Amino acid sequence: MRQETLLLVLLLVLLAFPTFANPYLLSVGTLILYLAYTGQAWNVMMGFAGQLSLGHSLYVGVGAYAAAAIFFHFGIGPWAGVWLAIALCVAIGAAIGFLAFRFGISGVYFALLTIAFAEFTRIGFDHLQWTGGSGGLFLKVAQRDQIDLANFRGPPEMYYYAILLLTAAAFLSCRFLLRSKAGYYWQAIRENEEAAQALGINTFRWKMLAVVISSAMTAVSGVFFAFYYNNLFPEQIFHISRSIEIILGPIIGGVGTLFGPILGAAVLTVLSDSITEILAYYGWEIPGIKQVFYGVVLLLVIMFLPHGIWPPLARKLGLAR
Amino acid sequence: MLAVESVSKSFRGLQAVSAASFAVPQGSIVALIGPNGAGKTTCFNMIAGAFPPDSGRVLLEGREIQGRRADQVCAAGIGRTFQIVKPFAGLSVLDNVMVGALLRETVPAARRFAFSILEKLKLEAKAQSPAASLTLPDRKRLEVARALATRPRLLLLDEVMAGLRPTECDEMVAVFRELNRADGLTILLIEHVMRAVMALAQRVVVLHHGEVIASGAPAEVVRNPAVLECYLGEETEL
Amino acid sequence: MPLDLVVNVTIAGVLTGLVYGLMALGLSVIFGVVRVVNFAHGEMMTIAMYAAVALFSAFNLDPFLAAIPIAACFFLLGYLLQMGLINPFITRPEHSQFMLMVAVAIIMVNGLLMAFGPDARNVQISYQLESWEFGKVLLDKPRVYAAAMALLTSGLLFAFFKFTLTGKAIRACADNHLGARVVGLNVKHLYALTFGLGSACVAVAGSMMILFLDVTPTLGPAYTLLAFIIVIVGGLGSMTGALLGGVLIGLSEALAGLFIQPSAKSMFGYALLILVLLFRPQGLLGKKQ
Repeated sequence: MRQETLLLVLLLVLLAFPTFANPYLLSVGTLILYLAYTGQAWNVMMGFAGQLSLGHSLYVGVGAYAAAAIFFHFGIGPWAGVWLAIALCVAIGAAIGFLAFRFGISGVYFALLTIAFAEFTRIGFDHLQWTGGSGGLFLKVAQRDQIDLANFRGPPEMYYYAILLLTAAAFLSCRFLLRSKAGYYWQAIRENEEAAQALGINTFRWKMLAVVISSAMTAVSGVFFAFYYNNLFPEQIFHISRSIEIILGPIIGGVGTLFGPILGAAVLTVLSDSITEILAYYGWEIPGIKQVFYGVVLLLVIMFLPHGIWPPLARKLGLAR
Repeated sequence: MLAVESVSKSFRGLQAVSAASFAVPQGSIVALIGPNGAGKTTCFNMIAGAFPPDSGRVLLEGREIQGRRADQVCAAGIGRTFQIVKPFAGLSVLDNVMVGALLRETVPAARRFAFSILEKLKLEAKAQSPAASLTLPDRKRLEVARALATRPRLLLLDEVMAGLRPTECDEMVAVFRELNRADGLTILLIEHVMRAVMALAQRVVVLHHGEVIASGAPAEVVRNPAVLECYLGEETEL
Repeated sequence: MPLDLVVNVTIAGVLTGLVYGLMALGLSVIFGVVRVVNFAHGEMMTIAMYAAVALFSAFNLDPFLAAIPIAACFFLLGYLLQMGLINPFITRPEHSQFMLMVAVAIIMVNGLLMAFGPDARNVQISYQLESWEFGKVLLDKPRVYAAAMALLTSGLLFAFFKFTLTGKAIRACADNHLGARVVGLNVKHLYALTFGLGSACVAVAGSMMILFLDVTPTLGPAYTLLAFIIVIVGGLGSMTGALLGGVLIGLSEALAGLFIQPSAKSMFGYALLILVLLFRPQGLLGKKQ
């Protein structure tokens, strides 16, 4: 099967989805796509440039708060707000990238650095009264049946198609990047940075590019989050469990691959919801039991499918990555 | 083409290279030899931009390049291989070489050019194989192919014959001879395998304890008593 | 600000810091030798705290005494965890290792939630509120005992690594994995031993922590991060560094809580981590790599 055929089939299914899905399924679908998109954004930094970021919630949060705050205080809609979000996240990402790469921080230490920045920001926002502090920032939820595109308000179907559009755009952009000079260079840097340098690659510049693209994409994810859920709390949006949630999809699906984040997000969300259903059916409603199952599944995948689900699946389907 | 003028480098008190000077004329093949620890790879690293010399200059076609980054040196026209090969293991053989070719070509042109280089080095049959699956001699060829893809004017080869059987060594020698003859590629190589040195080099520079102790045509240098001494030790009266 | 308040807070900070240091010591040993990023470190400490709570409510066992059986259990469990689960991951890419321990952490946190519920638990020992007075300076008895226990445990560990043959063998593994195998050391067993020792440290630290802190299932992640901050600030590979880092963090937390705002106290830790990573990655006492 060719990759294009699979893509087309997938796209058609996803486009038709809202017509036969009930509201609950629609929200699940939206969540899957949201996680797929954000995971793909993270994948650019990790899968392409080889830098493990465990603090990606920072960009989601900053993006979300930036767009939400100016909407809340000044009534400026998300189409303008998203640019502010992107600008801020790019600046922060560039700063972190610059500090890390100039000072030669990588691997575990880079991951810890990203966590530290995210946590620092979380506590910072807890005390930032302009965005509501720890009490949270709430956006007015307007009429659900009217589509107000300027302020990105409307029925759930609108949000679904919006995130579908974003995810598709991300996928296509990443596909394009992967086959371009950037893709080759990033893979080279990831495989062996010293050898890459000896071939004329300015590794600092290219790593920075990956970081900047990744943070910009994640900023948009944050803006979507803000206008979809309409409430933001520092404790939630910047929390490390959010960062982990973002990376679960790509890691389960396959880091550095194109389909990995989407597949991983789908598998995880479906699994998570199925477990909830099964447990409810048997009446095992003990708090925490679902997460334990979740953790066990995660453990099993990590142990037995180290490159994620996609590579072996792709081989079965006769596809390239 | 390349002029190394009085470069020195010490590492935490250990003088690795001490006021070494030598030249590599355009279109020639020069071998850098010497016992282990003589400072040969350190010289290479200083030329290739892995780290700067403490003092001295490195001139490429009259322009100073010492202290420049490795990627800048490559863009200036110097390609290098590593003593311990560093393939991009997760990429295919062709993709490995393409990474090199992308320095000066667009993606489609790079692919064609990379393939032609693979043909020169007789690796074209393995173009789609993952680099990790190659044998050592093939990995060495891949390393050379990748460096060649950057269209260097000067190629630095670091012990590329190590671990090769005599027949494989002869094949590599033939490839380099051809590149030098047909494309005018200037080559500076570090070698221990004297078979290759004698077959390839037009000039030989000998390093010992970081200093240049001899240089000249291969036949002269191997008869030089100082050179023999540094390899074999002094004569002792029993 | 009255001076005696500052002095008391400082002393409390240092004493608590020593317990932090013991927890971080466990991580330093694990990370420094086995090179596994133990993202479940804080969760392990949380489990130890719950164990102390359980032993106290069942047998009225003083946490200082409970620390011993808990440490023994943790040693065994840590050994088995490393041998059984983590060992194959040493050669895997880093993000795989992280995720493995993240999965373990998720299971631990939620296992605790299932077993104990979300409410906070603590122990109330008889001498909880007693203290020694030297003029205006107050020394909390539990804190002093805990710090002493932390020092004692650290001392034992230190002696083990310095004077016993096994300890030296473990240090050899840390220095040169391949070399250790070449000379015939059973690296797998030694790694597992190290993980067991690190876990035992965490166990003791947890048994102490329950005296100052109520435990909830979600306490873990913050302490995992704290342990990493301390290890990096203090310096990887330096046991004294872990203790020193712990004291520094304990102190900065206490003073930040006093002078700025209690909720902002962990910001200091993170800021310190960022600065250390950038300007002195080997930490205060670590060796430059």
